[in-house]
Amino acid sequence: MVYSSILDWIHFPDVMSNMYYPFDVYNLPYDISYKLWELLGGTIAWLINLLLPGNPVSTWLICDEVVNMFALIIFMIVIFLVVFIATLISLWEERKVLGRLMDRRGTMIGMKGFLQCVADGLKTFMKENTMPKKVDKMTYMWTLSLVIGTSVLIACMIPLSQRWFVVDYSTGLLIIMALFALAPFFILVSGWGQNNKYSLIGGMRAAELMISYEVPILIMIATTALMAGSFNIGDIVNAQFNSTWYFIPQIVGFITFFFCATAESERTPFDIAEAEAELVEGWQTEYAGMKWGLIMLGDYFRGYVACAMITIMYLGGWLLPWDPLQINTYLPELTFLIKTWFVFFMMIILRGAIARVRPDQILNIGWKVFMPLSVVNLAIVLMLKIGGVY
Amino acid sequence: MDTDATYQAPSVDEIKTLLTERFAGKVNVTKTETRRVYATLPKEIVHEVCEYIHEKLTFEHISTVIGVDMVDYMQVVYHISNYHTGTMIELTTNLDNHDLHVQSISDIWVGGNWHERETYELFGIIFDGHPKLERLLTPDTYEFYPFRKSYKLRGQE
Amino acid sequence: MAKDVLDIKAESAVMDTDKMWIIMGPQHPFSHGLWTLKIQVDGEIVKDAEPIVGYLHRGWEKEAEARSYPKIIPMADRLCYAASMTYTHLFCMTVEKALDIDVPEKAKYIRIVADEICRIQSHLMWLAAVGTDLGNFTVFLWCMREREFFMDLNVRLCGARMTTNYPRIGGVRNDTTELFDRDVMRCVERFEKVLMDDIVTLIDDSSVFVSRMKGVGYLTREQTVNLGITGPAMRGAGVDFDIRRDDPYDNYDKIDFDVPVMTQGDSYSRYQVRIEEMLQSCKIIRQAVQKVKALGKNAPYRLKVPSNVPAGRSTVRLEDPRGESLMYLISDGTDKPYRLKVRSPIFTNVSAAKPLVQGCRIADVPVVMAMIDMCLGETDR
Repeated sequence: MVYSSILDWIHFPDVMSNMYYPFDVYNLPYDISYKLWELLGGTIAWLINLLLPGNPVSTWLICDEVVNMFALIIFMIVIFLVVFIATLISLWEERKVLGRLMDRRGTMIGMKGFLQCVADGLKTFMKENTMPKKVDKMTYMWTLSLVIGTSVLIACMIPLSQRWFVVDYSTGLLIIMALFALAPFFILVSGWGQNNKYSLIGGMRAAELMISYEVPILIMIATTALMAGSFNIGDIVNAQFNSTWYFIPQIVGFITFFFCATAESERTPFDIAEAEAELVEGWQTEYAGMKWGLIMLGDYFRGYVACAMITIMYLGGWLLPWDPLQINTYLPELTFLIKTWFVFFMMIILRGAIARVRPDQILNIGWKVFMPLSVVNLAIVLMLKIGGVY
Repeated sequence: MDTDATYQAPSVDEIKTLLTERFAGKVNVTKTETRRVYATLPKEIVHEVCEYIHEKLTFEHISTVIGVDMVDYMQVVYHISNYHTGTMIELTTNLDNHDLHVQSISDIWVGGNWHERETYELFGIIFDGHPKLERLLTPDTYEFYPFRKSYKLRGQE
Repeated sequence: MAKDVLDIKAESAVMDTDKMWIIMGPQHPFSHGLWTLKIQVDGEIVKDAEPIVGYLHRGWEKEAEARSYPKIIPMADRLCYAASMTYTHLFCMTVEKALDIDVPEKAKYIRIVADEICRIQSHLMWLAAVGTDLGNFTVFLWCMREREFFMDLNVRLCGARMTTNYPRIGGVRNDTTELFDRDVMRCVERFEKVLMDDIVTLIDDSSVFVSRMKGVGYLTREQTVNLGITGPAMRGAGVDFDIRRDDPYDNYDKIDFDVPVMTQGDSYSRYQVRIEEMLQSCKIIRQAVQKVKALGKNAPYRLKVPSNVPAGRSTVRLEDPRGESLMYLISDGTDKPYRLKVRSPIFTNVSAAKPLVQGCRIADVPVVMAMIDMCLGETDR
């Protein structure tokens, strides 16, 4: 199709009609980015055409393949931005709620303190990028990028609704869990590579934490999958919509998973890998400036993922069982995020209320309490399944 | 009085009598007040007297070991207290300037360990038998003893 | 076969693993001040420890020899920022004893009030530090909030918050301000409620807090006494001794209070002793304020004292918030001391770091050392 006029181009066709459409079902962020590129690319094509009428570049810019390519790039940015802002809001929520718990006000600068996160981010980027002389440079940088990279990756892979997803695997939950569990390996290697005793101990603690909490978490994921009959996130959410939210039959599992997820995302009562009272900053000791800022951001991404998993597995995902305002049709993404922030709120309360647990106590709790409880939860679900309740 | 018996809560008068009887002619009780006994003694028997005070008079706690530079001679002052009566004994012993050695009491009261180290580094008094007589508050490189009167502060002379 | 198993067991019992020295400090979040704790760890277990102090050594005692007596009072404030009132009080008492004078009744009671306010303040700061060492900032901020009220009482009394410069040789600097007794009563009344309802409930009802403190840093009574540990850390190990009661100074013998003693000897009992001490301090403050009020507005609060102190020696000891502090003064008839020695409780307490942390885990080290309540100004002097 040769370019002739701007209206040829910006006419917002159905994205599904594009023969290179990469998904099987309708995808909202892709639709948005497709339309964005139509506006942007259409304008560029129009401008070039004004200068050089009948040139081939304008034609190239509007063909199906190229539109699809640029739409995918914008799609990535859109997905990341939404997750990023959701994470920043949870960071802001933590600062405000924790502040109120401690009888202070939390951050106060700009938009009720929200802009403080942005300012902090900018500040860490301004700092000098130092690297200690004696670290193993390869492991020092690579493990850091991998820790942050996997955290951001899983945060982006969490679907916000039936129409807001990146990939729609039949084993979505397992893949998210697998990526979630990768980071402690990198932390261990990073702690070793930093040539610092605090980092080494922090890395070892991260590894022992991971080993002891991975098992109950996986058992509980299997339990939920057993109940829903699928590992697909959409199927699990729909199954909860059709019966009840799973935290009612799996109340034991819900509570256990909540604590295990808190431990797995290394938030404060369980943050033995970076216990600042005795280990300075644990495995992050040698990371300065921007690197440290990114690590903090990665931590909050992991916190967001943990909360999102709880929401998907126990709190009905993006669907409300009783829906007079038609939110399920129009804004399921918002439902999902609000539920996630609510779970995060509970984690903040936990952080404000109790002290850091000692490493040996954490292992004790993990193996002697959470592990049996997850098996008990599995037994309950099996009985319900056999009894035909679910 | 029976100088070999163990007293848990001896009174001030009892302490005075016991000390003067047991170490006749050596320990000189100079003054007594309410819950305070002041005594002087030669440096040779410091360890012996301290052991007696600890074992038989049940003075479980050493408050301080103080060094004093009297220019012509040095002094070491011990404050030893009893947890049952609140009594405190103050022992003062004189050391010659050219023989600043005294038996360490940190084997009787471990709590005296750091006080002796401090006195050593600030006055140069050497406590024989101390497990680790090294500088504590001042850097290891110091070759002088800053609390002696011969060490003048800037602007003081 | 069975023999082999036994052999392996016996071998693993003596198997030597590599030990590692970790140097915690001088800039480390757990060391509240400039000091270093070298610990040797075998995995997570602490095998050996050595405290290193002296970063803050100012030669306080030598400095004091070059100053006249009243000029030492503000210096004594700087011995410990958290409990400045007690050190100034101690110095004034030592000089008064050398002068052989008896300060007016009113001054004695005002000093008691000031001391106990200081004690509560210091203990609150300690509790805040325990909160951060345990990884909980709620306790920290709540304690700091409560501490502000006592800071304000200091301001009402003498105009300064921390380094108060208030007691004087022969009395106190100024009389209590108007309505001071009302303010003290209100503050104490409120504090007792908040401490028990908020802070202690938050800590004691949480099994995490309690299990972090219980059973760590254990010392027997004999060990504690022999190591020279004093103060709440000693009373937590079952030594029933408090200088305020057993060797009273000023007018503590005319005031009715209890000395809390626990016998478990671990970190948790030291914590409980301190909490109970704060409540007892409230009790003392109440009585002392009543006594001050009963003495009337025109009662004398300060004596004129000569500037030259007659030659002699005097020793006074006092129950600091952290333990037994003692001053030994040799005067030579001039207006400057010949020698002034300060015995700081923490100097001795911290020397007991090795037996305290031996056998603990790394994560316990901040909790155990927090129970000593470090203050480096007085340790290094």
